[in-house]
Amino acid sequence: MTRRLSMAVLLLAFGTTPGAAEEIGDAARGADLFARQCQACHQIGEGAKNRVGPQLNKIFGRRAGSVEGFTYSRSMARMGADGLTWTLETLDAYLANPKALVSGTRMNYRGMPDPEARAALLAYLRDWSDRPQDIPESEPTARKTDPDLAPEVLALKGDPDYGEYLASECRTCHQADGSDQGIPSVTGWPEEDFVIAMHAYKQKLRPHPVMQMMASRLNDEEIAALAAYFATLK
Amino acid sequence: MKLNRRHFLGTGIAASALLTAPTVWGQAKPKVVVIGGGAGGATAARYLAKDSDGAIEVTLVEANPIYTTCFFSNLYLGGFYDFEKLQHGYDKLAGGGVTVINDMATGVDRAARTVTLAGGQVLPYDRLILSPGIDFKDGSVPGWSLDAAEIMPHAYKAGPQTQLLKKQVEEMPEGGVFAMIAPPNPYRCPPGPYERISMVAHILKTKNPTAKIIIADPKEKFSKQALFEDGWNRHYAGMVEWIGPDFGGGKVEVRPEAMEVVIDGEVTKVACCNVIPGQKAGKIAELAGVTDDSGWAPVHPDSMKSKADENVWVLGDSSAQGDMPKSGFSANSQAKVAAMAIRGELTGSKSFPAKYSNTCWSLIAPDDGVKVGASYEPTPEKIASVESFISEVGEDAALRKATYEESLGWYAGITADMFG
Ligand SMILES: Cc1cc2nc3c(=O)[nH]c(=O)nc-3n(C[C@H](O)[C@H](O)[C@H](O)COP(=O)(O)OP(=O)(O)OC[C@H]3O[C@@H](n4cnc5c(N)ncnc54)[C@H](O)[C@@H]3O)c2cc1C
Repeated sequence: MTRRLSMAVLLLAFGTTPGAAEEIGDAARGADLFARQCQACHQIGEGAKNRVGPQLNKIFGRRAGSVEGFTYSRSMARMGADGLTWTLETLDAYLANPKALVSGTRMNYRGMPDPEARAALLAYLRDWSDRPQDIPESEPTARKTDPDLAPEVLALKGDPDYGEYLASECRTCHQADGSDQGIPSVTGWPEEDFVIAMHAYKQKLRPHPVMQMMASRLNDEEIAALAAYFATLK
Repeated sequence: MKLNRRHFLGTGIAASALLTAPTVWGQAKPKVVVIGGGAGGATAARYLAKDSDGAIEVTLVEANPIYTTCFFSNLYLGGFYDFEKLQHGYDKLAGGGVTVINDMATGVDRAARTVTLAGGQVLPYDRLILSPGIDFKDGSVPGWSLDAAEIMPHAYKAGPQTQLLKKQVEEMPEGGVFAMIAPPNPYRCPPGPYERISMVAHILKTKNPTAKIIIADPKEKFSKQALFEDGWNRHYAGMVEWIGPDFGGGKVEVRPEAMEVVIDGEVTKVACCNVIPGQKAGKIAELAGVTDDSGWAPVHPDSMKSKADENVWVLGDSSAQGDMPKSGFSANSQAKVAAMAIRGELTGSKSFPAKYSNTCWSLIAPDDGVKVGASYEPTPEKIASVESFISEVGEDAALRKATYEESLGWYAGITADMFG
């Protein structure tokens, strides 16, 4: 924490490059993408209001699911309570595939696979956030996480026997009959959504510490095995 | 006998053939006896019966017809959870193919591979699982013995003791002193005593705000200390005094008749005193001869098999396994590894590498929950911690509330996983 803080102070003291915002991506292209892909549901800029989706001013640094007056999906509200905050990294992952971060999101958007397009859109979104030069960021290319899963990983077929054994660990908290009291249900998920969600925990994009820990020691085959097993439960 | 079965497994007969083998050979099914129907034992019995699909005869021996969980018993103390909801019967286990015997196991003959019950019954076994929880070390707190537990309750085996402690706290005279004698390591549920302090403080804050709480502790530091101390400052400022070993917290005597606690020579009159003594493995583990000088039962890290006997497993609090804390979560996790290993030995089913984990939630005040957890893997020496996390001081209210709500989900989940 302290180290982070002093880094930020240093940057301020020695002056940030005014063009820092451009380093994310091409904001002009982002504006165009926003108009074509987001604007039907989201407003941004002066006087922006909640519509089908929440207004997007000051989204950087904001806790997920926290815009006043907007009713979020349970899934988004839960992620917000767990500590999901919108940063360059989490927004990038969310835009790439909304379900990677928020399985039950109501945002009816299949995702933006092209990293450059996402970077452009993020640059545009950041223009409407507070003091963009203060937003902690790393070079987009230097990010250690890659929310896009290789197709081979998604295509893996898991061993359901192994999945059943591994799943016994999940059942300590997640109920086998799918009931959902304080801890989400994990039964009956589409396999791909399950795999994507687990990898998002493994990469620590999703915030929950127990799930991050559980996912971090599962390899690709083990995640596939779990997905295969849980998909068989109703 | 045992060698024969091993031998057949070694010749590579398919698992499916083995499953039907007993009827073909006119031989009895392999028998597993589980002693103790708590967090470890109930889980092991349930998973063995469920996953072996009737190929193994599973018998669970449990002294009490109803199990009262220690986990969440502190929440009951604080008025956040009903006592009835802590209680679980064995009907579903019985319905799931486990033979449940409500009796006390009084002896284990490891040479003959039999268990003797108080009622006289003798149960033969091929594999024995011991998950008897804890017993208290005699003389660990001078002046206190089990006979004094009606005056100074331990409430560290949940049930009437927990109800007694709650009643005593609620009936404390105005401005009275609540004392806790905290246990030395190792003991069940490392954050348990301090979550309890939080719950007692919550009751006193509402009913008896001038009352005081003192903790005499033989330990230099305790689980989630920063989180608890921060929480006590925020919610119960000035109420809780922790006396560590540097201030005599380890030099304690209690006088139940006089309701006095003597800490480092200084006598304090108390209105309520919770004595949590030093602990050791449940008595039956000692009787079975699988414990060592430490009072706990050493096990192999990759399977939870006893180091003293290859046909005996020890789970949960009684086991000495390495880094895992003695918790219900740990016992449940260990039970699944054990069930898989035993099934593998008896029926030739596939075995996978052991993975263990634990998370302990604690409630500090209404909607102020915290957690600590870790994942574990076997090394040749011990079960070793791989990765861990802990809540942070200064988390916002929404996260703390979500953590508390999650603990309610965990309780529902783990009890369903244990008792069906
Ligand atoms: C106040 C408190 C709070 C806690 N909170 C948590 C928590 O939040 N989370 C968590 O994970 N853990 C918690 N724990 C710890 C948890 O309760 C124990 O670690 C867990 O119950 C251990 O499981 P076990 O199977 O080893 O023993 P137990 O669950 O104690 O089960 C032992 C069983 O064996 C039976 N038995 C013993 N001897 C015999 C015999 N000879 N014959 C027949 N039956 C016998 C007993 O009757 C008992 O039912 C808490 C403990 C306490 C005291």
